[in-house]
Amino acid sequence: MPDSTTIRTVSLSDADKGFRGRVVRVGVVVVPGGTVAPHLLELERRLVEMGFVEGAEVHLLHEGFLGGDPIAVRVDDTTVAVRRRDARMVLVDPEE
Amino acid sequence: MSATATASPVIALVGCPNCGKTALFNALTGSRQKVANYPGVTVERKAGAFTTTAGRRVQVLDLPGTYSLRARSPDEAVTRDVVLGRLKGEAAPDALVVVADATNLRLALRLVLELKLTGRRLILAVNMIDIARRRGAEIDLKQLEAALGVPVVSTVAVRKGGIADLLSRLDTVIDRTSDAPADCQWHEPNAAELRAAHGAADRILTLCLWRPADESLTGRIDSVLLHPLAGIAILLAVLFLIFQAVFAWAQPVMDLIKSGFDALAAFVDAVLPHGMLHSLVTDGVISGVGSVLVFLPQILLLFFFIILLEDSGYMARAAFLMDRIMGGAGLHGRAFIPLLSSFACAIPGIMATRVIDQRRDRLTTILVAPLMTCSARIPVYTLIISAFVPARRVWGGLQLQGLVMFGLYATGIVSALAVAAVLKRIVWRHEPEPFLMELPSYKWPSLRNVVLGLWQRAIIFLRRAGTVIFSMMLVIWFLSSVPGAPADATEPAINYSIAGVIGHWLAPALAPIGFNWQIAIALIPGLAAREVMVAALGTVYAIADQGVEIHSALGPILAADWSLATAMAVLAWYVFAPQCASTLAVIKRETNSWVWPVVTFLYMITLAYVAAFTTYRIAGALFG
Repeated sequence: MPDSTTIRTVSLSDADKGFRGRVVRVGVVVVPGGTVAPHLLELERRLVEMGFVEGAEVHLLHEGFLGGDPIAVRVDDTTVAVRRRDARMVLVDPEE
Repeated sequence: MSATATASPVIALVGCPNCGKTALFNALTGSRQKVANYPGVTVERKAGAFTTTAGRRVQVLDLPGTYSLRARSPDEAVTRDVVLGRLKGEAAPDALVVVADATNLRLALRLVLELKLTGRRLILAVNMIDIARRRGAEIDLKQLEAALGVPVVSTVAVRKGGIADLLSRLDTVIDRTSDAPADCQWHEPNAAELRAAHGAADRILTLCLWRPADESLTGRIDSVLLHPLAGIAILLAVLFLIFQAVFAWAQPVMDLIKSGFDALAAFVDAVLPHGMLHSLVTDGVISGVGSVLVFLPQILLLFFFIILLEDSGYMARAAFLMDRIMGGAGLHGRAFIPLLSSFACAIPGIMATRVIDQRRDRLTTILVAPLMTCSARIPVYTLIISAFVPARRVWGGLQLQGLVMFGLYATGIVSALAVAAVLKRIVWRHEPEPFLMELPSYKWPSLRNVVLGLWQRAIIFLRRAGTVIFSMMLVIWFLSSVPGAPADATEPAINYSIAGVIGHWLAPALAPIGFNWQIAIALIPGLAAREVMVAALGTVYAIADQGVEIHSALGPILAADWSLATAMAVLAWYVFAPQCASTLAVIKRETNSWVWPVVTFLYMITLAYVAAFTTYRIAGALFG
C-alpha cells in the first residue's frame, strides 16, 4: 500500500484554482536506459529559472476563461503564467 | 578586450524582464540615447552616455532583459554575447550593472550568481526600493553586499533616486583597474546547477533578513482583471478604447499632415514647370512620403497605449487572457497586440512583434499581421461599397453597407488565424514553444519613460520612412511615370508608362478574376499603399485629381463600368493582396532577410488570386 503522502501528490497541471502547496519535484521520470526529449529538458530548466524548484510554495491564483487554461501561479515571491501542459512536470503536494 | 584607459569605459545594464532596467537607463542618460540594431540581427541596441561623480564619461548599453545567460531568443543571445565580450564590433563591458526588482529579488539574485561566474565586475542596483518598502518588504542591503561579494546600491529609477550613489560606486568599481577582470568560468548551467543557484539565492535572502513585499494589492486587482468574465469584458473595453483612439483621435492630426503635404504639392506645382521633375517631386516625393507620414499620429497613439500597458504590467495580463485563443492558432498570447495594431497599419504592428521573445512565434505573427484590415484598405472598401452595395437596411435594421464592411474585417481576422494555424501544423511542426511568463506586480507608468519611448518609436519610423519606404515610393513613381505620354496623347499618361505596359501585359492573367485592364494598371501604383489604388483608378479613368472630390466622381463611373461580380472580386483581392511596399520593406528590416518579405508576398498574392477568382465566379453565377 502506498503511503498517504504519495497519493496526495498531484501534477500542477491538474490542480484547481485556489490550490496551495509545495513543489516536491520538477522534471520527467526517466526509465533506466531511457532518454528525455531535449525540449523537455529545456522546459525543466525554464521552469526552474522561473522559481519552480523543489520546496517552493505554490498557490494557484487564477485560471483562463476557456478550459481553465493558462494558469497564474504564485511561486514564492513571483507570479508566473504557464499553460497547463507546460506545468505537467511540476509535481506538488497540497498543504496540510 | 576592455576599453583602454584613454577611451571612455563601457558598462552594460543587465536584468530580468520588468525589473525597471530601461527606467534606470533613462535616468542615467536622459535623452542622450541612440537606438539602432545590432549588426546582423534585429535586436534593438540602446546606447547612451553619462558622466560619473568623478567627471568620467561612461558609455552605457541597455541589454535585453533575461532571466539567465542561457539565451533562448535572439535578444537574449545578444545579452549573453555582449556580457561575455563575444559580440563582434561591441567592446566588452568594463562593468555590469545588474538591475533587480526589489519586490522580486529571488530570480535576480540567481542571475547575479550566474553573472559572477563571467568574471566581470558587477554592481547590483536594487531598483524600485520605494515600492517594495511601501509594500512592507525588508532587506539588509549591507548584509546583501557582504553575502554576494558585490557592491549593492538601492535606486528608485523613475524618480532618479539613488543615482548619485550608483555613479560614485561606479567610479570605485571602474577605478579598480588593479584587479583585472577574472577569468570567465561561465558555462551554460544545467538544471541541477540552476537549482543549486536557487538554493544559494534563498540562503542569501534568509541571511539578509528578507521579508517579501505584500502583493495583496496586485492580487486584488488581478482577481478582477483576470476574472474569467469581468477580465475579458475589461480587456475588450480597453481594446475598444485603443481602437477608438487610434481611429478617431488621430484623425485631426492626420488631416493636418495631409493638408500640409497638399499645400506643399500645390506650392511646388506653382513654381516648377510641368514635366518630369515636376512629376517626380509632386507625385513621387511629396505624395509618396506624405502617404506614409500621414500614419505617424496613429503609430504614436498606438505605441503610447502599448507602452502604458507594458509599463503598468497589464500587457502580461492581456497576454494571459488571450493566450488560449491565440494559442489555438499557434500564436503566443503576446501576439494579439501586434495583430491589434495592424488594424491601424501593419507597419507598427510588425514593429510591435518585438514584444514576442520566441523567434518562431514572432515570425508567424509578422507573416499574418498584413492580413488584418489596416486603415489604408478603408478608402478602397468604402469606394467600392458605396458604389455597389445599396444603402438599405436588412434583418431588422442592420445597415447592409456596414455589414459588408464588417464581413471584410471578419474575413481578415479569420484568415490571419487560419494562416497561423497552417504555419504551425505544416511549416514549423516542432514542439510548440512553452508559454511561461512572469506576471509583474502593477506599477504606475512614469511619464518620462513613456515620452522617451514614444520619441524612440517616432525616430525609428521616420528613419524607415526616409530610407526604405522612400526608395520604394520612387521606384513605383518611376514605373507609373516613365516614359511620359507623347505630345498627341489621347489617353491618360499612365497608359504610356512602364506600369501601363505591365498592366496591359497582366490583364489577360487577371481576366479570370474579373479585373479589366484599368484595374490591372491601377494595381501597379497601388503597390505603394492600398489607398493609392483609389487615386490610381481616378488617373486611369481620367478623372482630374481633385483630392476629396475623386471619391464622389469615381463611384458612379465604376458602378457603370464594372459588374457587381468584378467589384466583389476587387474587395476579395484587397482582403489578401500584398498591395503595400512599405509593409514588405518593414518585414525585410524586422526579419533581416529577403526570404520573409518574398514568402509574405507570394502567399498573400496566391490567396488574393484564389479568393478573387472564387468570389468572381460565385458572384457571377448568383447575380449574373
